[in-house]
Amino acid sequence: MVLTDLSAAEHLRNLESGSISSVELTQAYLDRIEAVEKKVDAFLRIDGDRALQQAAEVDAKHAKRQPLGRLAGLPIAIKDILCERGQTTTCASRMLEHFRPPYDATAITRLRAADAVFLGRTNMDEFAMGGSTESSAYKVTRNPWDLERSPGGSSGGSAAAVAAGMAPFAIGTDTGGSIRQPAGLCGVVGMKPTYGRVSRYGLVAYASSLDQIGAFGQSVEDAALLLESIAGHDPRDSTSLNVPVPPYSQTVNKPLANVRIGWVREHFGPGLDSEVEAAIRAALEVYKSLGATLHEISLPHSKYAVATYYVIAPSEASSNLARYDGVHFGYRTDENEMLAELAADRKRLETGGDKIGLDRLDSALVRMYRRTRAEGFGPEVKRRIMLGTYALSAGYYDAYYLKALKVRRLIRQDFDQAFAKVDLIAGPITPAPAFKIGEMAGDPLALYLVDIYTVSANLAGIPGLCLPCGQSKTGLPIGLQLQAPALEEDRLLRGARMYEQATHWHKNRAMI
Amino acid sequence: MTELYTTIIGLEVHVQLATASKLFCGCSTRFGAEPNTQTCPVCTGLPGTLPVMNRHAFELALQTAVALNCEIPAFTKWDRKQYYYPDLPKNYQISQYDLPMSQHGHLDISDPKGGFEPKRVRILRAHLEEDAGKSLHDEIAGKGDSLIDLNRTGTPLLEIVSEPDMRSSLEAKTFLNELKLLLTYIGVSDCNMQEGSLRVDANVNLHIDTPQGKVATPIVEIKNMNSFRAVERALDYEAQRQWREWQETKRKLGDAPKQTRGWDDVAGVTRGQRSKEESSDYRYFPDPDLVPVTTTSTEVDSIRQSLGELPATLRNRLETDFSLSAYDADVLIKQGRPIVDYYFVVAEESGDTKAAANWVTQDILRTLKDLNTTIDAIPVPAAALADLIRKIKSGDVPSPRAREVFQAMVENRCDVAAAMEKLGIAAVDESELFALCQKLLAANPKTIADVRAGKVQAIGAIIGQAKKQNPNVDPTRIREICLQLIEAAP
Repeated sequence: MVLTDLSAAEHLRNLESGSISSVELTQAYLDRIEAVEKKVDAFLRIDGDRALQQAAEVDAKHAKRQPLGRLAGLPIAIKDILCERGQTTTCASRMLEHFRPPYDATAITRLRAADAVFLGRTNMDEFAMGGSTESSAYKVTRNPWDLERSPGGSSGGSAAAVAAGMAPFAIGTDTGGSIRQPAGLCGVVGMKPTYGRVSRYGLVAYASSLDQIGAFGQSVEDAALLLESIAGHDPRDSTSLNVPVPPYSQTVNKPLANVRIGWVREHFGPGLDSEVEAAIRAALEVYKSLGATLHEISLPHSKYAVATYYVIAPSEASSNLARYDGVHFGYRTDENEMLAELAADRKRLETGGDKIGLDRLDSALVRMYRRTRAEGFGPEVKRRIMLGTYALSAGYYDAYYLKALKVRRLIRQDFDQAFAKVDLIAGPITPAPAFKIGEMAGDPLALYLVDIYTVSANLAGIPGLCLPCGQSKTGLPIGLQLQAPALEEDRLLRGARMYEQATHWHKNRAMI
Repeated sequence: MTELYTTIIGLEVHVQLATASKLFCGCSTRFGAEPNTQTCPVCTGLPGTLPVMNRHAFELALQTAVALNCEIPAFTKWDRKQYYYPDLPKNYQISQYDLPMSQHGHLDISDPKGGFEPKRVRILRAHLEEDAGKSLHDEIAGKGDSLIDLNRTGTPLLEIVSEPDMRSSLEAKTFLNELKLLLTYIGVSDCNMQEGSLRVDANVNLHIDTPQGKVATPIVEIKNMNSFRAVERALDYEAQRQWREWQETKRKLGDAPKQTRGWDDVAGVTRGQRSKEESSDYRYFPDPDLVPVTTTSTEVDSIRQSLGELPATLRNRLETDFSLSAYDADVLIKQGRPIVDYYFVVAEESGDTKAAANWVTQDILRTLKDLNTTIDAIPVPAAALADLIRKIKSGDVPSPRAREVFQAMVENRCDVAAAMEKLGIAAVDESELFALCQKLLAANPKTIADVRAGKVQAIGAIIGQAKKQNPNVDPTRIREICLQLIEAAP
């Protein structure tokens, strides 16, 4: 077994015992990146020098027996959507190509306080909008299990980096499944905590009421470790929950006794790949063998989840992304070209005697807005901005946005009722294993439907986790999704870990 | 054919709340700093930043709403009002839409000069929102460059919207004065219009009596009014303009969209502002970055108790308990609570509420102005002024020299006795006065003859001489004694 196949939790034990230094470990990952990144394209930026310097600082602290943070010396990959002071943060968009925030995201501050080593920034769908990492303005990330296939998204870079052994664990964000879905497609562990568990301060917003920062790892232990390090109340985020954070990493290895596992009738309908279905049913049997009881439950409104999500998320996005206008920061269209274009338009209208056209001609400001946004955003972002703007417009608000909020409440109530009967819900993460790059390109709706099993957790604000539970005949990973009631991450992690320890799926590595 | 009209006026007032920091971040709200020095990632809307409500701003808003007799709902939330403008960095303003923090209040107004019948102006709602920044348009040399100052961005504003209950520019001005008085009494805003702490927009139209019944003209919103006087003038102008327009066009409410007109203070006219092609759609929706705010009735009660006496109550007390005229009460109230408190001490200790009012509204106010100081720093404490008033009444201070004594008290920061000593004023006793009058009459037999001949005013010459010999003499008394002596003489 090679060093980079170990999980973050295993590395941490080695770092603590002194059997390896952070510099050695970091160098091993930089070497691995050097070897495979050109095939995978998981990263947008890699800063090896900085990583090695951070690692050396941790080693020095360790040598001097100074107090060390929770993740001391562990290299980590970070989705390019968390702001870090002075470091370019692009959200994989042209709009923020040269944006360097003058502040840290709270999660970054906490990772730094935990003495983690920052390897670099991972690729993603532009502004986290997408499920394939193909909407990145910069590159297409490939699935380490099959380079012709997508790693999923939007945190596809983070998932692929962990799956390819380029980072032991990674930070992602999940608005409609953006951690869990790529984790499933890349055969790693991915976890979205309860909405409000991790501060969103410094996370560039896509859909504020759904966005949540979470963890990728080689094992459930890694997710526990990482969540424990970044979770907790933050006075700078009004929606962050002011409740204590349990020591997940200390309890994660304690199996749940007599756990009641619910499986959702609606999850096993048409559209579910037979191999995936078989893997999920087998996973349920594993739970049974571990002393769990299985219960059929219903989430009757889950069939509306995708539709609800694609009203609420774009609505919020249309508002959150209004600030990218070229005025104060970020990309701005070429002013001289813009003014020349405007002058040419004016001349054309004047020559043609088009008075109405002249009256409607943009001011320079409006033309600057138009061009900046037309050039700075990619098609998927534009699509969602238009969807959201439409849904919030006078005359449509009640029919779309308000209706979606009502359905969201019903979806949440479905979960409340389900969790009165079961402790965890288990099921598929995607209808099928990883799809081919470009396969969904002409059909945004097909890609939206990939979110069918994941968006409900975001709408309900509950935690969800995906871990490997099988492999297709073609060798692609299959993921098992577990969901728990709000704030029950401890239960979720322990429930996942007991499955993981009883199976070998998480030990499979992509051959790359 | 005569057509009469009524002017219908509603006001929208934006008040900057007197917080040290902004509504959703910790930046200072101080006025007049160098551009863009009071900003942070939150108020400049940088990606990933989040707003956190300033509790103090909400409390000031609650105080105002309670003082305006508003209902305070148990639950209020924040909404995003979306429009693109360079001085609005997020391109949405955090405001309140369908569930404002207060609604359905009122403010009573009256005119001490009787310009209109006292009336109650209903408050439709008062809600909190963040201010935008300032655009400075530099059009020198046709460059059309604009500069943006974001210091003001995020400053807490309370938008107070009245019902269209005012019927004249005087009522509107009175409403604004009364509102400003209330806000400064409870200390929630400095209401400085020059610094933009108080901004007024007016909605106005006419209800015209025609033979066919009542007709309303299209509503016009007037902006850019930089003083209460400007509001008054703009409303008068606009009413006349709408009347002329009605006569020319007969255009009714609904025939034209609501128009926005700007007030040009120099030209004294309102001018139509470029109307947008379609009415703006702000696409309001609840801000997912903020949590709703709840307020209990206990909190509202405790705010009500903490407000103390509001101007209306005080005014009433001055008129009934202190027997002041509506006019005097109004003058006093308008000076603010510290001067009213000063007046209370003077009135109570002197025992003469009317004299106290005269001294405070005339001499004290003039002194404050002359010395450019505030009532806390005035050289004449309330007790000293009360003493002066008492001594004038008792004759210890000769009333013609009372102002001199007061001035000496101001200049020397001393009490009445010391001031009199400095001026050499001593009470003159009766025997002294008699002796003086006898002596002067004896020296002026012509005066006696003149008086006896009915020319009583001839006494004036004696009074003049008496004052020359002893400046402390009371001329009224001299006159009385002389007449008495002349009558008694053989």
